[in-house]
Amino acid sequence: MNKIIVAIALTACAFLKADVYASGSNITMKGSTTVFPISQKTSETFMQKNPDINISVQGGGSSVGIASIIDGTADIGQSSRPIKTGEIEKAVARSIEPVVHVIAMDGIAVITNASNAINDITTDQIKDIYTGKLSNWQSVGVAGGKIIVVSRDSSSGTYEAFSSKVLAGARTRPDSLLQASNQAVMQTVSTTPGAIGYVGLGYISDKVKALKVNGVECSKKNVLTEKYPISRPLFMYTNGKPKGPVKEYIDFVLSDEGQSIIEGLGFVRLDK
Amino acid sequence: MKFRQLKEGIYKTVFAALAYASLLFLVGITVVLFKEGLPVFRHVSAVDFVFGKYWYPTYEPPDFGILPLILASVWVTVGALFICVPLGIGSALYIYELATPAQKSALKPAIELLAGIPSIVYGFFGMTIVAPFLQNVFNLPVGLCAFTGSLVLGIMATPTVCSIAEDALNYVPRSFREASFALGANRWQTLIRVIIPAAGSGISTAVILGISRAAGETMTVLMVTGGAAVIPMTFFQPVRPMTSTIAAEMGEAVIGSGHYHALFAIGIILFLMTLVFNTAAEIISRRFRIRLGLGR
Repeated sequence: MNKIIVAIALTACAFLKADVYASGSNITMKGSTTVFPISQKTSETFMQKNPDINISVQGGGSSVGIASIIDGTADIGQSSRPIKTGEIEKAVARSIEPVVHVIAMDGIAVITNASNAINDITTDQIKDIYTGKLSNWQSVGVAGGKIIVVSRDSSSGTYEAFSSKVLAGARTRPDSLLQASNQAVMQTVSTTPGAIGYVGLGYISDKVKALKVNGVECSKKNVLTEKYPISRPLFMYTNGKPKGPVKEYIDFVLSDEGQSIIEGLGFVRLDK
Repeated sequence: MKFRQLKEGIYKTVFAALAYASLLFLVGITVVLFKEGLPVFRHVSAVDFVFGKYWYPTYEPPDFGILPLILASVWVTVGALFICVPLGIGSALYIYELATPAQKSALKPAIELLAGIPSIVYGFFGMTIVAPFLQNVFNLPVGLCAFTGSLVLGIMATPTVCSIAEDALNYVPRSFREASFALGANRWQTLIRVIIPAAGSGISTAVILGISRAAGETMTVLMVTGGAAVIPMTFFQPVRPMTSTIAAEMGEAVIGSGHYHALFAIGIILFLMTLVFNTAAEIISRRFRIRLGLGR
């Protein structure tokens, strides 16, 4: 569901882009759809405060975000993963200097149905469950029959992070239920007794059980310190140290107000 | 006099432009669809695309096999037919033949209102109420499956089938009915032997449009079928129809990537399927019309 909204928003943005103001400054942002809501919301508030600055935000994925910095097609590239060596080489070849700004933290909580007796799981067990090696709760040490594996769609940023952090690139079992949004994963896991799934930290509720992973609870504090094994920072990239309106905007994102907006969206704010 | 001619000329041009606009849109959509979809064959052969068993579009190297997605669409659509055809045609016959005027004036708008409910509402209903219910009743491991999809889609397609079938029954000339009664046939014989065959073209169009509705539905199947890209073996298994795959993955597929082209290529397959359905509807309705001598 969320994706549809994002897709519509993206299309809308594509049209709005044509609407370039003659005066004032323009900032263009592209990239990760995980970061997209942050960029969208913070830039809205920022533009209200600075009516002469116009920010256009587009999605496209983390790779698009980083590529747009290297190509010079955007001022800020949103990314939910660090820049790769190959990308740095490409940037250097064009004498571009990508500068990273960590803007928030994101944790992925592993959840099961509330009726499940399990409280604790290891990353190895999660990997075996998602790749199909373990298919019964018995082998994880609790009752509950067949494990129903719930995952996000292969193009979701959360899926990508989960897949690289836990599955190390292995394929999820083909019969896993691929859901289109965090909300749909929540709904499925909360109504299916044998289910296991994962959602962004902001989506945990008492309808499901969030498991400790390798003995660490999925809490904001543990995500912030990266003690929790499935956590990741979210980035904005710029070419060189930001100047002028881009600097003003990034400072706003990192300010107390910007961070509160980020927290309101379900991500983990960077604490001083 | 001259002014009137001018006015008519303007009307004619405006309406002609509107009529041709739809043709233009169709051509535009087709061109874009093929332009964006065909490059997928740089990554995968046509045979591996249509008959491949694995859909892993974002892995390295990716697998673009859409056989599970095609079969999921077929299963869910066929399941929906078993629900919307009897329900839709049955209710059309009831409204046409048996209902009192008062019932008629309540039933028809009620059924047509069902068609106006947004599909996301059906999806939400299916996801939060129907799926957990079926899970309990049939003791399934998971409620989001092809069966739930068929059930909800069948209910969604019923108004289409019912409304068009009922219109078709109403178009049968009164004289057919009167002639049948005059020959001594009773009401039942008249209905089965005369009215239904005479309305046959309209009824088959109703069924085919019902199929199109079910096969092309996106939001609901995305929400209720579970989304597992495996070849379905039973109705109580999660499946991933083509439409829901496009809807779920379009937003994040990197533009210009193999994944992006693959999603458009799925669109081509859907487009061809719709083309076949609509052509079939046209051929059938024409054939019936000629046989009955009702040619226009």
